Amino acid sequence: MIVEGWGRFPRTRTTLRHARGEDDARRAVAQSGLINPLIARGNGRAYGDSAASPGTTLAMRRMGRMIAFDATTGLLEAEAGVLLADVIAAFLPRGWFPAVTPGTKFVTLGGAIAADVHGKNHHHDGSFCDFVDWIDLMGPDGEVQRLGPNSPLFQWTRGGMGLTGVILRAAIRLIPVESAWIRQRVVATGSLAETMACFEESLDAPYSVAWIDCLATGAQRGRSLVMLGEHATRDMLGPEQRARPYEIPRKGTKTVPFSAPGVSLNRYSVGAFNALYYARGKAGAGTSLVDWDSYFYPLDAILHWNRIYGRKGLIQYQTVLPLDRSEAGLTAMLDAIAASGQGAFLSVLKRMGPQGGNISFPMEGYTLAMDFPRSANALALCDRLDKITLDHGGRYYLAKDSRLTPNTLRAADPRMGAFHDMRAREGLTPHLASAQSQRLQL
Amino acid sequence: MKTALILGGRSDIGLAAAHRFAAEGYAIQLAARNSATLEGDKADLELRHKIEVQLLDYDALDTAVLRGFVDALQPLPDVAICAVGTMETQADAEADPLLAELTIRSNFEGPAQTLGLLANAFASRGSGTLIGVSSVAGDRGRATNYIYGSAKAGFTAYLSGLRNRLAGQGVHVATILPGFVDTKMTEGMELPGKLTASPEEVAEAIWKAHEKRRNVVYVKPIWRVIMAIIRNIPEQVFKRMKI
Repeated sequence: MIVEGWGRFPRTRTTLRHARGEDDARRAVAQSGLINPLIARGNGRAYGDSAASPGTTLAMRRMGRMIAFDATTGLLEAEAGVLLADVIAAFLPRGWFPAVTPGTKFVTLGGAIAADVHGKNHHHDGSFCDFVDWIDLMGPDGEVQRLGPNSPLFQWTRGGMGLTGVILRAAIRLIPVESAWIRQRVVATGSLAETMACFEESLDAPYSVAWIDCLATGAQRGRSLVMLGEHATRDMLGPEQRARPYEIPRKGTKTVPFSAPGVSLNRYSVGAFNALYYARGKAGAGTSLVDWDSYFYPLDAILHWNRIYGRKGLIQYQTVLPLDRSEAGLTAMLDAIAASGQGAFLSVLKRMGPQGGNISFPMEGYTLAMDFPRSANALALCDRLDKITLDHGGRYYLAKDSRLTPNTLRAADPRMGAFHDMRAREGLTPHLASAQSQRLQL
Repeated sequence: MKTALILGGRSDIGLAAAHRFAAEGYAIQLAARNSATLEGDKADLELRHKIEVQLLDYDALDTAVLRGFVDALQPLPDVAICAVGTMETQADAEADPLLAELTIRSNFEGPAQTLGLLANAFASRGSGTLIGVSSVAGDRGRATNYIYGSAKAGFTAYLSGLRNRLAGQGVHVATILPGFVDTKMTEGMELPGKLTASPEEVAEAIWKAHEKRRNVVYVKPIWRVIMAIIRNIPEQVFKRMKI
């Protein structure tokens, strides 16, 4: 069976097995070893090869039962294959929402923990695992341990990309919300300095994110639409919404039925799109109510949107730069992108809070995420961006990576050496490996 | 509150159908062997959908006690979905009459007998929906799969007959033909993505067949075309083909 990530590259030949319960996982783990390493796979939304093993890939989606919910504390116990979309469908009508959510709701709890995903509220609330009370982790010996945040293994598992064991179950804390709506304020900024100033002034806004125009140059370099948000309270709603605070108008989903020809995204089409999008956003800047689905998951409404990038797939590039080097680093990156003429129309800038765990991606500073159609030109640009990242003390998000080399990763993130050594010391290395971990020598 | 009975409640398709009907507010009766081992699924269904779930011990092959099983249903469900079935490899079933018997009984005899008893109960009530998950493999016997296929052909014909018999009596009968489905049954097989349905897609087709009173449903419409072609190949040619 061939398995690919959301970026559709690389493709990995693997033996795919499904876990429906703990016993299935134990049987698969028992057969893992040097020539047949295993990695667990959630819903396949990591962009590269982190959830595919050249040995056995253990699909966890069918181990997706909810176990218990405490309506006084918001603690949900569930198996690892449960999707955030399932959690929202079941509990938003009861007044609860995930405390942290990435830009797609089609991720499993296990995947969210393994990547320690972050959302628009990282600067305010931290990342996904800051709201995980415990996990059940199956080691290579088939034993299951319940681990809380005080356990060192929990802190290696958090962001450990499934390389410490198979996450079977978890308890996550949901947060109470008064409605299904977000009160959003859009600020159009004219330059990178203005954009960053806007983030720094808005640190008390629970959610903040900017769509950045990566093709704008000169005085307009770094112009953005900064979107600030908070869960709307009942008194912020109109009378119709207040009558049914947890309901939103039903929307259809669209699907991209086939791969677009690779030429449809180029610097002219993307440049035109960006200029139009910025102008529209600027004209509509101000405060409005947005439903949760449109606010958090605009792309989920277009199923298989990755096909827009054609058969060659797409490259996600995401780094975080430390706060004091962010402006210089981002300036250099934007110049490199503009010089390459490589269109990137889903470029997102975000202020992050401090690091949590041992190897989680976030650090206090700014993270820039972009995607490009996969091409030689885009790969060359990524190499230039790598140099800028290293020069400015930045590091990488493994859930997005499909192309790094072990040397670049180690140079950017010395924690990975400690992670590698811990895995070897604990006897995890031969049993648990993905195509990514082998490529990056983790 | 309406109730849906799922025969073969441990199967991927059965569980997906349980979730689909529970999402519409149906109480669920999950019927399977060793049903106590489905406690986790019961808790999941109840927690997500705030509905009640009964776990019922049911063995489609134990035909002597099927009448007792149907009589004991409390309540008699509004909808009964049969997702019972097994698939052995054709070579094994050819070589071993006991395996062939198991294939034929669990794909035809057991499901048909159970739905037949439910049909009588639904007919005397004057309402209800019976849904059988059969297979495109039943549309024409092929060398690679004819023991399973002939059992499914029998089940398809049985459902057709039931539908004909009950048409005027308020009872709807639907035949679901999934094609390839990504389930326990097909694990390890290399299935072509565009022809393969997920259990959730099959569950959606089951729900629609109930709601819109559809008769024969190919879950992936392309299978209707494929099977029409396969059925229409002249036997002189077909018998020499490897498909």
